[in-house]
Amino acid sequence: MSTYRVAVHVTPRRGILDPQGTAVAHALQTLGFAGVADVKVGRHIIIDVAANDRDSASTAARQMCEKLLANPVTEDFEIATVDAT
Amino acid sequence: MKFGIVTFPGSNCDYDAFHAVTDALGEEAVYLWHRETDLAGADVVVLPGGFSYGDYLRAGAIARFSPIMAAVLAHAKRGAPVLAICNGFQVACEAALLPGALLRNASLSFVAETVRLRVESADSIFTSGYEAGQLLRIPIAHGEGRYTADAATLDRLEGDGRVLFRYVGLDGATSEDSNPNGSMRSIAGIANETGNVLGLMPHPERAVDRLLGSDDGLALFESLLSRVSA
Repeated sequence: MSTYRVAVHVTPRRGILDPQGTAVAHALQTLGFAGVADVKVGRHIIIDVAANDRDSASTAARQMCEKLLANPVTEDFEIATVDAT
Repeated sequence: MKFGIVTFPGSNCDYDAFHAVTDALGEEAVYLWHRETDLAGADVVVLPGGFSYGDYLRAGAIARFSPIMAAVLAHAKRGAPVLAICNGFQVACEAALLPGALLRNASLSFVAETVRLRVESADSIFTSGYEAGQLLRIPIAHGEGRYTADAATLDRLEGDGRVLFRYVGLDGATSEDSNPNGSMRSIAGIANETGNVLGLMPHPERAVDRLLGSDDGLALFESLLSRVSA
């Protein structure tokens, strides 16, 4: 068993109104970032998990997302990184 | 009839529900601490409003794993009534007792005000004491009440007559202005497929006494009483 640090991104699904993202986009545009077309605000979650190998750590993280960390109705997730610690 | 009112850490409308059941309706109520594993013989379960587990992660996401929820799910599966109000509605969606999800209000503001609801169907154990089309004054108080589901789910809810309440204006019609949170199709409350679980963002338990501005919520509890004890 080793310990792995897994980072997952949970974001509002495309097509579902994200008023937080819209508010941030407007603020950025007001600041002069005229090129900002769209912003999505989501969550970045870091999990330290004991696993036999990288693949098991990644699989466990995927199951955590499916069961709790992301809402399957409205959010998408991705496993961003899996690093041995 | 006995109501079991679940108290999660962070619930804050459990006392209002208790008051509505015992003082306004004149029936028995017990609190069910979230760590309990049985419903103490309750005929109706109330999942009350509040901020269970501080709304951490997503509103209702953690409460769904409380020990009491296994008993609540079994109760619902037997066809027994569950009344899920506000945070309780969020918990019920997270627990897949009801379809869809409740997202941050479109305005990004917490909204606490009395709204007008239209009863969409009187053909349910929760609304038999109303008439279809009847307008109610019921308070809301939430930051995450924007009902969201895919189009197929919304069509199915409507086709099955499971949308029980909608937000409307003074004229009784839906509009963008009278939709306090941006809910899809102005949906305020829905029932599950078997009709024994109701989830709604508005607070009928806070509208059971004219002294407090409205008693339009009382008929919801009376409907349950007449239909469930019959």
